[in-house]
Amino acid sequence: MSVFNQSRKNVIRLVFVSMFLIIVIRLFTLQVITSKYKVLADDQGTFRKVVYPDRGIVFDRKNKAILQNTIIYDLMVVPAKIKGTDTTILCNILGIDTTEFRKRIISAIIKNKSYRPSVFEALLTEEKMAKLNENMFRFAPGYYLQERPVRDYPFDAGGNILGYLSEVDTNFLKYHKDEGYLIGDYAGKTGLERTYEKVLMGQRGIEFWKRDNKNRLTDRLEKGIYDTTAIAGQNMYSSIDIELQALGEKLMENKLGSIVAVDPKTGGILCMVSSPTYKPKFLTGAERRKHYANLLLNPALPLFNRSVTATYSPGSTFKTLQALIGLHEGVITTDFRVSCSGAFYGCGSGKPMKCLDRGTFDLRSAITISDNTYFATVMQRVLTNPAYPSQDSSLAKWDKYMYAFGLGHKLGIDVPSEKPGNIPTPAYYDKAYGKGKWNYCNFRSVSIGQGEVNVTPIQVANEMAYIANKGWYIIPHLVDSIEGGDKFGLLTKYKEKHNAIDIPDSVFNAVHDGMEGVVDHGTGVAAKVPGIVICGKTGTVENYIGLVKQPNHAFFCGFAPRDNPKIAIMCVVENSGRFGGTYAAPIVGLMIEQYLNDSIAGKARHDRVEQLSKLNLIPARIFRAIQTRDSLTHAKDSAYLIAKGYIKVLRDTMGMDQNDEDDALDQIKKAKEDEKSAPVKKDSSNKSTKINPDAILPDEKRKQQRDSVSN
Amino acid sequence: MYQKNSSISKGKDWLLIWLYAIIVIIGLVCIFSVEYKSNDDFFRNLFEFKKNYSKQFLFFGISIILATFILLTDSKFFTATPNLLYALGIALMLATFVVGRAVNGSRSWIPLGFMNLQPVELCKIFTALALAKYLSRNDTDFSKPRSQLIAAGIAFLPVVFSILQNETGLALVYFSFLLPMYREGLPPGYLVSGASLGVLLVVTLLFPPTSLIIVLSVIAGLSIYFFKRKLKRNKGLLLIILGLWLIGTLFVGVAVPFLFKHVFQKYQADRIFSMVGRDNPFIDDATATLNVTDPGAKKAKTDKENYNVKQSKIAIGSGGVLGKGFLKGTQTQGDFVPEQHTDFIFTSVGENFGFVGSTILMILYFGLMLRIVFVAERQRSTFSRVYAYSVVAIIFFHVTINICMTIGLAPVIGITLPFMSYGGSSLLTFTILLFILIRLDADRQMVLR
Repeated sequence: MSVFNQSRKNVIRLVFVSMFLIIVIRLFTLQVITSKYKVLADDQGTFRKVVYPDRGIVFDRKNKAILQNTIIYDLMVVPAKIKGTDTTILCNILGIDTTEFRKRIISAIIKNKSYRPSVFEALLTEEKMAKLNENMFRFAPGYYLQERPVRDYPFDAGGNILGYLSEVDTNFLKYHKDEGYLIGDYAGKTGLERTYEKVLMGQRGIEFWKRDNKNRLTDRLEKGIYDTTAIAGQNMYSSIDIELQALGEKLMENKLGSIVAVDPKTGGILCMVSSPTYKPKFLTGAERRKHYANLLLNPALPLFNRSVTATYSPGSTFKTLQALIGLHEGVITTDFRVSCSGAFYGCGSGKPMKCLDRGTFDLRSAITISDNTYFATVMQRVLTNPAYPSQDSSLAKWDKYMYAFGLGHKLGIDVPSEKPGNIPTPAYYDKAYGKGKWNYCNFRSVSIGQGEVNVTPIQVANEMAYIANKGWYIIPHLVDSIEGGDKFGLLTKYKEKHNAIDIPDSVFNAVHDGMEGVVDHGTGVAAKVPGIVICGKTGTVENYIGLVKQPNHAFFCGFAPRDNPKIAIMCVVENSGRFGGTYAAPIVGLMIEQYLNDSIAGKARHDRVEQLSKLNLIPARIFRAIQTRDSLTHAKDSAYLIAKGYIKVLRDTMGMDQNDEDDALDQIKKAKEDEKSAPVKKDSSNKSTKINPDAILPDEKRKQQRDSVSN
Repeated sequence: MYQKNSSISKGKDWLLIWLYAIIVIIGLVCIFSVEYKSNDDFFRNLFEFKKNYSKQFLFFGISIILATFILLTDSKFFTATPNLLYALGIALMLATFVVGRAVNGSRSWIPLGFMNLQPVELCKIFTALALAKYLSRNDTDFSKPRSQLIAAGIAFLPVVFSILQNETGLALVYFSFLLPMYREGLPPGYLVSGASLGVLLVVTLLFPPTSLIIVLSVIAGLSIYFFKRKLKRNKGLLLIILGLWLIGTLFVGVAVPFLFKHVFQKYQADRIFSMVGRDNPFIDDATATLNVTDPGAKKAKTDKENYNVKQSKIAIGSGGVLGKGFLKGTQTQGDFVPEQHTDFIFTSVGENFGFVGSTILMILYFGLMLRIVFVAERQRSTFSRVYAYSVVAIIFFHVTINICMTIGLAPVIGITLPFMSYGGSSLLTFTILLFILIRLDADRQMVLR
């Protein structure tokens, strides 16, 4: 019986074995051949969490931390767990009503589902944080506090130097494609934070986490063996003297302008004040957004770093350089004398260049009392120098000197948005007047630092360092050294001396003599500090908006002590009216005293600080602009339009990226901005909302300034 | 004592017992790996019986006790009582209509307090015994259609009740009784025609019936054309061709739509169609408005079926050659696979131990089956042989369908993986099934009737 169907057992075995093979082959394709499922599993089952390292700390020259990290808190909520917590207490602490509370919970659930944490209130203020911390036990486990590292500024000074962080935008991501930035990351937007982003950001770490079916992170994957640890950013030692910086900011309160001080021996920037400025803490922490909007909308442009971005005519401070050129070219000697009978008539009687003090001057006294006629004559002699075949070539030679002094090009300092300024070239005049149709009379105003020549405050400070060093400078910079080494070669260019033209010390000594005279008994006596020999030079810069003459800019620059220069400094107070000696000189005097003596001596000097600090020299046009803005903010839409316009301008002034195409980009942007500012103008129907600061006039307007003359 | 021990171990097939133990322990480990969270206290949980793995551990203990009892029972008990047990099983199934509890829409559970009993599971044992008893009767001549019909009646009676209880998945298991019947002489024609119908069924799922009927007619016409000389000599052949055509057409045009509209639950039909990647075309308006209240619901339902299979494939597929390691599977630990401790327990093997682990498990299962075939063939009595083939057929059906549904080769019908899936009903049933066989095998020299 059983023998009968015995063969069928083999059929059954065959069925079993073939089924086994089908399953195993299918498993082989699923598990070994196909890689799709592995990818899918990693996508849903693991999470790659980026760990942000602490950013590097910045120290000042006395090793005080001026930029460091701190922690603020976000209040987080898990809506699924909040049943039974006392919402009224929470609402009272946060200062919200129940409608707002419900709104936030609902939006949290919509955004992240009810079992995942969402931010209930971001970046708690210290006050709210203190109250919450005491009561947190009442709100657990539905609410908890989450740390968030932010930048901290212990001295609350130097905002324009240190810069701030902001979320990266698409443009940034485009430029830094392969550097691992993700949407939502923060990166240095301006200042040192931007220039040294690579150094400060450190190296991100990656943690691999397991994720469950509700998208919650549960455990480290394999206890973290695939993780890479985050490496903290490198600390940097800056040449900044934070106390000097703070004093500078205080002195420049209620003024527009800038102070830049450089250590001539090292090129290290000691302070770099741009006024008006902002408290750096404004742009970090809880109320950042509010402050940022305010700063953006301020017509005085507090976010704008005037020290490197604003360009001015240098005024009479330029005369020191003319003296150097004249002496070195041999067209004058220290004993060369010029008499001024009231004006310079070398170019006929059309528009004579006035001099204030009549008399006869040699080089030293001409510098000391800032005689226009003397330097117009020097310029005349330089350009008609028989050593050169034509005016073209003698102007080209003059240009060479200017470049050697660090003018007419970007210095290459380590804060972004530096402007090159302008030194007129033969080609420029050929274009403006036609080839061969111009002579030195067309730019006699250049000899006294007006007209086509344009400089930035940092260039003037550097030029003072050059004179102080008797013929060389190191590119000014903020960062002296980087802890753990300069891995990206960012500091290399700050180690070499620039001395393109060899000028003998005797030439410098003569100029130093004149500059010492300026402070001792000349136009800059207000800068005098007992016990310190200061060499200085005043400047009073005429300027225009359109064709309307504005109050003069006050300039003062100099270095001290004369024998062993430790500080080269410049100060500009925009539209202060009066002379350079009136406001800029005393500010420089106080700054030099603070730096060299580490303190301000005596009550009288302290009072002077307070007095200068309170002195309000902000020009009326700014107030008018503020008024216009305030009346506009009533209509929200137009305010928004203005904000857009301002953002545009801010981008323009801060520059897109640090490269040579910068200028080309600027040109394009300027054209765009003109279009943009037109509707704003119409909107407000008030001329004063034009936000271009007078200091950076476009090229056409510069021309109109050309023939203006000052002492 | 010694005497007793030796009588337990005497003649027992230890290979089967070892294979059983290994597979159950692998199952325990897998259930543990599904439930384990990194901060669990393993030993405390094990004896508190609150976790699935600890409950399964308890069921394993009960199974061992039960197995021991079975091994101590006289094998004549199993040949003497099948009819009674079968009647009891049917009675239990009927009882579910009265005291049954609905779990997941199927009213096939009897609550017993500490566990829920599913009579249709238990009935597999009784049916296997009853079938063995009937086929081993001296006066049964299995070559006669009458006996074949009675045997089929014994095997498929529980199917009817099971379908009435909305438990189609387990009902399908009873078709595995065709295997012992085939071994005992059921003409292969039945199986061949069954298989052809199966092929036709799959084709019907893939293509619309009208075009299939056209194709069938063309084939019939062509065969008449080619065989026209033979047809002249043999008129019967024409009848056969026409008969086959009629059956095929009726099957495609009437039987399959009927099956999907009235026999299968809508969700089951949907699952089957989602397998072949089509929407269920057999929803008539009446059932559509009845079952589908809003148009999104149907989509959501099929999406959910697809989701299970997709997650199962991801978990298995991501295992690679050697797997991610014990307790290191991200999909298992992240609870991505639904029902992972019961029907989809194989996914944790696939993910944690990879292709090598899965293949070893397959070797264990198919080794067990081939061993049972070997054991079956060495029986002297028909009763034992039929019973053994019934057991292996049930195990084969469960293993094949369960594994195939986790790797996307079969539709998701709730069928457990024998010895491994969590659940007392399943584990105890398979333990009893297997150990009765071991007990019978111990007396293989006897002719049991």
